[in-house]
Amino acid sequence: MSTGTFAPAPGAAPVVRQLLTQAGMEARLMLRNGEQLLLAVVIPVIVLIGAVRGAEKVGLDLDGRPIDVLTPGVLALAVMSTAFTSLAIATGFERRYGVLKRLGTAPLSRATLLGGKVLALLLVEVFQFLVIGGVGLALGWSGPAGVGGVLALLLAALCGTAAFASLGMLLAGSLRAEATLAAANLVYLLLLAGGAVILPATMYGGLGDVVRWLPSGALGEAVRSACDGAVAVRDLVVLVAWTGVGSALTARTFKWE
Amino acid sequence: MRYGDTVAVDGLSLTVDRGTVTAVLGPNGAGKTTTLETCEGYRRAQGGAVRVLGLDPVRQRHELLPRIGVMLQSGGAWSGARAEEMLRHFARLHARPQDVGLLMERLALHECGRTPYRRLSGGQQQRLGLALALIGRPELVFVDEPTAGMDPQIRRAVWELLEELRADGVTVVLTTHYLEEAERLADRVHILDRGRLVASGTPLELTRGGTVATIRIVVTQPFPDGAPEALVRELGDGTELTVLDPLSLQLSGPADSTTLATVATWCATHDVLPESLSLGQRNLEDVFLELTGREEFA
Repeated sequence: MSTGTFAPAPGAAPVVRQLLTQAGMEARLMLRNGEQLLLAVVIPVIVLIGAVRGAEKVGLDLDGRPIDVLTPGVLALAVMSTAFTSLAIATGFERRYGVLKRLGTAPLSRATLLGGKVLALLLVEVFQFLVIGGVGLALGWSGPAGVGGVLALLLAALCGTAAFASLGMLLAGSLRAEATLAAANLVYLLLLAGGAVILPATMYGGLGDVVRWLPSGALGEAVRSACDGAVAVRDLVVLVAWTGVGSALTARTFKWE
Repeated sequence: MRYGDTVAVDGLSLTVDRGTVTAVLGPNGAGKTTTLETCEGYRRAQGGAVRVLGLDPVRQRHELLPRIGVMLQSGGAWSGARAEEMLRHFARLHARPQDVGLLMERLALHECGRTPYRRLSGGQQQRLGLALALIGRPELVFVDEPTAGMDPQIRRAVWELLEELRADGVTVVLTTHYLEEAERLADRVHILDRGRLVASGTPLELTRGGTVATIRIVVTQPFPDGAPEALVRELGDGTELTVLDPLSLQLSGPADSTTLATVATWCATHDVLPESLSLGQRNLEDVFLELTGREEFA
């Protein structure tokens, strides 16, 4: 064997290093992209401030102070925007530009790649929670109820991320990049308006029972309960079920190129 | 391999020796990329067997991937990722990566290290693609049209790099449209046409294939009467003579020393003093055009 500059010395990096590398890269790209940042932080913050002011003005009949009801809702919205819309758009363009194909030639397994993506989503969500939670606290939000509340909040965010990420991947893996972009934004807007994310399902009257079966409603309810220090088992089960359906369909339909 | 009803690669059989440079040539649509992608494990062969470094590229992909480097024809990077960032990312996915700075320098990427991928020129994207293929110190690299669209100076730098890879024991398989590239770099050349292998050999074997050489003689005074005809008689049936004009003629026939000796004797006998006498071997381009029957291969 030669000892030249290019003498072969092949080998894959340890999986943990690959996972962290991939997650770091994806999170960085997401936070550097203006549109993604708009979706991840700017819109939720505007929604939070606007909704709190609006609720006070029109005297919305909420079960508690508007800021305490709306901040958890906006946190749920942030999870949805990152795990669903941002992920779908980014992955759609990764397919289009051959990034997934290129990564497919690196010694990176698909499981590690997916794990990296999920970890990147969680990193971005931590950042979102800090910003949105900070704005909420500044506006008088009482915050999650103790350590139990924080843990319940993390559990809800995790289940919501899994459910929305599996649906986002389903979209990205079956449509063209432009169609994914359009559909991911449209679904986001529809769920934002009528999916019981920001406003509790009880505000939807008779439809409330229906929207709680949506991943958006289930996530919203789970985050609101968590902030009150409770684990909303039923809503978490709904999210897990969506994860199962989304993952199974994605595994069948996802096209890497 | 087929795409729908189109057979892209059919009954192809070829072997690549370790530590050599192999060029796969062919017109557009000949099946070059399909062949490469089958070896890289992107596509499953619909018949026959493919072994790369002794491994099945689809079933043993996990074992194979760390050992090979792949340069795609285009794309393959996040549009917002910077050139150096992209290279460092891929470096961290490997156990003992190549030095990032060294590769950037060798491929003239140091000036655009901070430039996002979408703003790199076509040539810079190509070079980054090559760097990504080499970053993991592979045993075997597949490069799909490595110098397409590069300016001549950088093309030469890439050629030197590929030669150095071979010298360091790396096996290189490349596709190219540039016959000059294949002639200079390749130990073996395989010519594909419509999914079939039409010729294989060293560049020398291929160009010697027909053992046809051309000899062109230019003189200062017109040839004496009957002299060209005498030359044909002396050379025998295998030779074709064309009088290009009163002061020059061209022979095409066996490329051996006897032919040349006969021509020299004929010059002495007929008192012909050539102003120039040139010998031309066929080059790879002639062979390629003969085999594929196509003028256009770019």
